Amino acid sequence: MLGEGIVKGLAETARNFLGSFIEKDRLVTVQYPEERLPVVEAARMFPFLIYDGVDQEEGLRCVACQICEKECPPQCIHIEKSKDKKPDFIGKQQFYPAVFDIDVSVCMSCQICVEVCPFDAIRMDNEFELSTDDRFAGLLWPKEKLAMPNEHYLAIHPTEATEVEARRAEEKAQAEAKKASQPAAVAK
Amino acid sequence: MTQALPSEAEQDQVMEISMGPQHPSTHGVFRMDIRLDGERVLRLKPVIGYLHRNHEKIAEAASYLAAIPYTDRLDYLCSMTNNWGYALAVEKLAGLTVPERAEYIRVIVSELTRLQNHASVVGFLLQDMGASGTPLMYAFREREKVMDLFESLSGARMMCNYMRFGGVRVDCSAEWLSQAAKVVAGFNGFLDEFERLLTGNEILMARTQGVGVLPRELAINAGVTGPGLRASGVNYDLRKVDSYGVYGRFEFRVPLGEHGDVYDRYMMRVLEMRESLRILEQALRDIPSGPFMDPKARLRGLRPKVGEAYARIESPKGELGFYLISDGSPNPYRYRVRPPSLINLTVLEDMCLGQSIADVVVILGSIDIVLGEVDR
Repeated sequence: MLGEGIVKGLAETARNFLGSFIEKDRLVTVQYPEERLPVVEAARMFPFLIYDGVDQEEGLRCVACQICEKECPPQCIHIEKSKDKKPDFIGKQQFYPAVFDIDVSVCMSCQICVEVCPFDAIRMDNEFELSTDDRFAGLLWPKEKLAMPNEHYLAIHPTEATEVEARRAEEKAQAEAKKASQPAAVAK
Repeated sequence: MTQALPSEAEQDQVMEISMGPQHPSTHGVFRMDIRLDGERVLRLKPVIGYLHRNHEKIAEAASYLAAIPYTDRLDYLCSMTNNWGYALAVEKLAGLTVPERAEYIRVIVSELTRLQNHASVVGFLLQDMGASGTPLMYAFREREKVMDLFESLSGARMMCNYMRFGGVRVDCSAEWLSQAAKVVAGFNGFLDEFERLLTGNEILMARTQGVGVLPRELAINAGVTGPGLRASGVNYDLRKVDSYGVYGRFEFRVPLGEHGDVYDRYMMRVLEMRESLRILEQALRDIPSGPFMDPKARLRGLRPKVGEAYARIESPKGELGFYLISDGSPNPYRYRVRPPSLINLTVLEDMCLGQSIADVVVILGSIDIVLGEVDR
């Protein structure tokens, strides 16, 4: 019969419409910004630099090796190495970034910088509301703005961060054991 | 010799219109120069290049690793399959092997990509036909479930950047697999609903049957691949022909069309979604445990031996190929993409000649192009 398909289709639409009053999973729209979905743990938006302790100048993990700058696909990272050195978490003297800028408008949230970083110094934040009305300075984030405490990392990526913490604790213990054994060797 | 001017009567009748690049049904920034006699198409010239982003040259300047996030942006609906095509080419070039578990994960995410691509394409096609909203929104509701899976796995909904040379970036948890199984189990219900809504619909049939016929010979000669080729009755699916990855282990059929019209191309997508669900069920059942990365593979500083490699996969749109030449340096000497959308677009004029302007929109929608891939 001509029109049968249309009637069937309309019945389907009606079923969906009426079903939306009863079944919760038919109502999928979220009224952002009043309503928000929880951010998943794997979410990646924009990188931040981790620092240990309370002082962000002293605790910054980045040693300005510039691997991320080289590997960054859209080349949005700009690093200038320091002239002097400061001790890192295992007491080794390391350079630190005198300048570390990331351009928000160029970054494409690909996470390559995080993957290539050998010092666990850069990680992805899940903050996604990054718009600003200042299109020059407001979009070029300096290291002061990029630096975040380690607690923030532990809070947003708990599974991954605990693994990193354990590995770093082990490295530190090894370094201290080595240091403890070395003067003894010299004394012999 | 001077060209004869068209007569006054001809000038009155023939009209040249430029459809796009801002036209809502051109699926992005695509333009068609159309010469019309009344509503009948006399000539159609596709104009592309509005979204050219220098993809191939950027990839030649960047390291092998840094090109992966750029491949996401080729066909931005199917970043997982793009990743796979490129990873496969580099793995061939560098001689890396992929662990079994990673192969299964790749199959799972690629078939999920096929599901969400076909769902949204069918939705858009119906939107182009004037079924404003309903089918597209139903399709998007399901697509969102797949997107959520991708997000919890890779961290991004669309730009997944998930595959690496010799495996995948992160392992999937047992919880993720059970979530995926739930989505797969629910998808058949959606397809039933979608078919009840549309497949027997008289308006859909009137608009699509016998419209935009692509003859079998032309489809083969023009190099059309994917659902468009199979709708014309050519049994050619790279998952069967090449059996790349672990596709040889799964039992699935390749749906074939008969007439090669828009309706067949619509049906191909619906039927392929059903076959994808079968593959997914088998893959989710059989996935082995083990490593998800080749232990030999290093993330940085990949310098393949001098040589060349071409790898191709069956992306949701057709044959997606990557051709690489290595000169032993950290970045490819030549990087070339064989995009299915661009090559499927070459037969647009042949399908549209003699049809009305309203059908041009439907035919274009049935080819399933993404301009990110056409222009690169």
